[in-house]
Amino acid sequence: DAAFIRYHRLIFPDHTADNLSVSAGHASVNAESVWGVLRGLETFSQLVYQDDFGTHFVNRTDIEDSTQFQYRGLLLDTSRHYLPVPVILKTLDAMAYSKFNVFHWHIVDDPSFPYQSRTFPNLSNKGAFHPVSHVYTQSDVKRVISYARMRGIRVLPEFDSPGHTNFWGRGQSDVDSLLQKRHPSGTFGPVNPALPSTYQFMASLFKEVASVSTFFTVCFCRKSNPHIRAFMQKVGFGVDLPKLDAFYMERIVNITSALNKTSIVWQDVFDYLNIHRRIWRTMIMDFMVEVWKHGCYLCEVRRLTKAELRVILATPWYLDQPGPTHNWARYYVVEQKKLVTGWGVNLWGEYVDASNLAPRLCDERQTSSVERAFPRLQDFRCKLLRRGIQAEPLYVGHMQT
Amino acid sequence: KTRPPASLTNTPVLLPALPVSLVTSVFPATMALVAGPSQYGSLWPLPQKVHISDVSFKLSSSNFQITDAKESSAGPSCNLLQSAYRRYYEYVFVGPKNQKRGRDQPAGPSEVTELQVWITSPDSDCDSFPTESSDESYELSVDQPVAVLKAPKVWGALHGLETFSQLVYEDEFGAKTINSTVISDFPRFAHRGVLLDSSRHFIPVKVILANLETMAMNKFNIFHWHIVDDSSFPYLSQTFPQLSEKVRNRDGYRIRYFLRYRPNSIVPTEHRFTSFETVPFPSVFLRVWKSNPDIQKFMEQQGFGQDFTKLESFYIQRLLDIVTTTQKGYMIWQEVFDNGVKLKPDTVVHVWMDNGSDKEMAKVTAGGYTTILSAPWYLDYISIGQDWQKYYKVEPLNFNGTDDQKKLVIGGEACLWGEFVDATNLTPRLWPRACAVAERLWSAKEVTDTNDAFNRLAVHRCRLVERGIPAQPLYTSYCPREYKGI
Repeated sequence: DAAFIRYHRLIFPDHTADNLSVSAGHASVNAESVWGVLRGLETFSQLVYQDDFGTHFVNRTDIEDSTQFQYRGLLLDTSRHYLPVPVILKTLDAMAYSKFNVFHWHIVDDPSFPYQSRTFPNLSNKGAFHPVSHVYTQSDVKRVISYARMRGIRVLPEFDSPGHTNFWGRGQSDVDSLLQKRHPSGTFGPVNPALPSTYQFMASLFKEVASVSTFFTVCFCRKSNPHIRAFMQKVGFGVDLPKLDAFYMERIVNITSALNKTSIVWQDVFDYLNIHRRIWRTMIMDFMVEVWKHGCYLCEVRRLTKAELRVILATPWYLDQPGPTHNWARYYVVEQKKLVTGWGVNLWGEYVDASNLAPRLCDERQTSSVERAFPRLQDFRCKLLRRGIQAEPLYVGHMQT
Repeated sequence: KTRPPASLTNTPVLLPALPVSLVTSVFPATMALVAGPSQYGSLWPLPQKVHISDVSFKLSSSNFQITDAKESSAGPSCNLLQSAYRRYYEYVFVGPKNQKRGRDQPAGPSEVTELQVWITSPDSDCDSFPTESSDESYELSVDQPVAVLKAPKVWGALHGLETFSQLVYEDEFGAKTINSTVISDFPRFAHRGVLLDSSRHFIPVKVILANLETMAMNKFNIFHWHIVDDSSFPYLSQTFPQLSEKVRNRDGYRIRYFLRYRPNSIVPTEHRFTSFETVPFPSVFLRVWKSNPDIQKFMEQQGFGQDFTKLESFYIQRLLDIVTTTQKGYMIWQEVFDNGVKLKPDTVVHVWMDNGSDKEMAKVTAGGYTTILSAPWYLDYISIGQDWQKYYKVEPLNFNGTDDQKKLVIGGEACLWGEFVDATNLTPRLWPRACAVAERLWSAKEVTDTNDAFNRLAVHRCRLVERGIPAQPLYTSYCPREYKGI
């Protein structure tokens, strides 16, 4: 119902009255689920056009559509810069217009922890840029998840560990006892894999977060902590650090599995395990892998799918790296094969916040033949503008409105 | 210390030194600038002489006023100043204000209740347009209960008001506070400009005005309006209205700036020069000119032979002669000089080509021409990272020349060409990167400390955001009041 109202408003933005008359014919959208209907409504709205007198037209059309990839994601980074909730919601709108279906919410990281946890309130009290104005409350998160669901979008909040946990330490002193005051400014991290309390903490936190998939990177800095060394001796790892990493990862993956969730890991985990294959073979690798590093990323994809792991590809779509807009073409010709579950468009936040998010994100770098796409993309950009999304220009030109 | 300081307007935000981790494989290694409070607060651009003491005073929205000093040569009839007073009052007391006037309430012992503005020159310039020789200097002394802003002309007063507003910060209770300060200030260069291109993409007037406001906040004094070009001719001419009629865009729509808003009345800094576009002789022109038999005949008559550069020079020469009759000065892009066109001695040459710009500066000034530099400041070229630093590090006088030659350099411009820029992304792309250019052109040559600049600029940027300008971030950070418009 909400979608019907929404799309009616998008197609007829100036209409407040209900007396629209239709000249002939009817249209139907058939789909197996409501998610298909949402996509069909969007397509329908893109078929409608107006002539010079303002009359709305749609041509006789037959469309059969389905998606090549299950996972079509967008990443936003709200740790490097806090993004106000309205900005996130606006982004979800733009995602729906482009048929994205996953919002990868990189919600916390080293610079700040804006997620207000019920179980561990000190995390944001001490870790957010500001404990009141720069946090996402439980209801904020619920609102985002619900807004996304209405648009057929899943929300994947990401909690990195053991690294990227700088501000966790400030709020939760027992989670982090490793390498304290490593930097003059007093930063912390990564978490201490030797303490049982670490895993209790993780379990409680993940349980709280509504729909969770955990992302984690491998930590490379635990050599100097005497407690860790002692722990490793105790459990028989000796000085074999990879065993410790694997131990940590297995524990985390177990926690998420117990919550009936799938883990997604950055490729670093797999790359690391690949080097230490003897460990790898002993692990049950039940996770998806996101490929993000430069170089032969397709080689990596091949390696992963050979190991029968599902893959999400993000490397070619790092939107935080700007360039003249006509370079959108380089994002367009990435070839993918059936092996890949999907792709992720990542907009890291070091240089991005509410002031410049929309044009940076919606610069049209996410569509496949470049020459044929250009005129369609220009029209689509105009549509986005008309719908209130600040999509930046492709090249010289103008919009009617 | 358990977390970063909350109030950004009090001290700049503390950024932890970023561990070089996940990000390094993707980004070039940017040095981690750790922000801390600057002894100059958040002043931008840095004044020539400034001393801020530790003694602080409060400002109350219901008690504070900006007034004309008794001895000032400008008074209530000076619209320029009166509207500036109102503008700066709003900037200072951004946010909810206590409207109740404390009747007969005496000022507290440490309260500044008045900023008096004193134009010292008998002719304040209130009703004129600024020129290249306008006096923009001012002196500001913040004390209690009265602060005094002295300037020979209204232009200095405008700059002084901006500086005053930058000295105000909030204490931990949110009260507006200002320290006892003495400032004596004037610009290093007289020509400090921003170029916007409304031909490649039409820029709505609202957006131009917002950027003019931001230019004023950064003490820019020239708006170089590249109003027309090949792509479109939005200037609605009274004499030749068909120019904007005839030239239609791809979809056949006409978009124009209506003459109701005469350029003069929009641009606070008058468009002093008529700038001539000469693109380095493109092959398109050559083809067209070559294929025209009338032109061939003309060239024979003039004795140019087959040398089209001579024809180009002839054309430019005639154009310059015409401009001279309008009694305006003219500024030319450097190619005109490079192609040996005969120029009047008071021509201003705009050096924009990045390759070998220092040699060009030497050549142009050696020829005795006034020069402005924009080559290193093409802001339409973007990259990841803190590129404001590269603009900040430019020294316009870094070329081989005598002192007299260097005196001919009157300033520079930050250029934002419009191929990939329109109302959706113009303002964040321009600011705060153009701020680096603003300080380079205003402040003293020795002001080069990027660390201190970062500390001031981080707060200055949040101030722009607070004033409703979507200036993009420098790096990982936060502002107490984030940008609200989407």
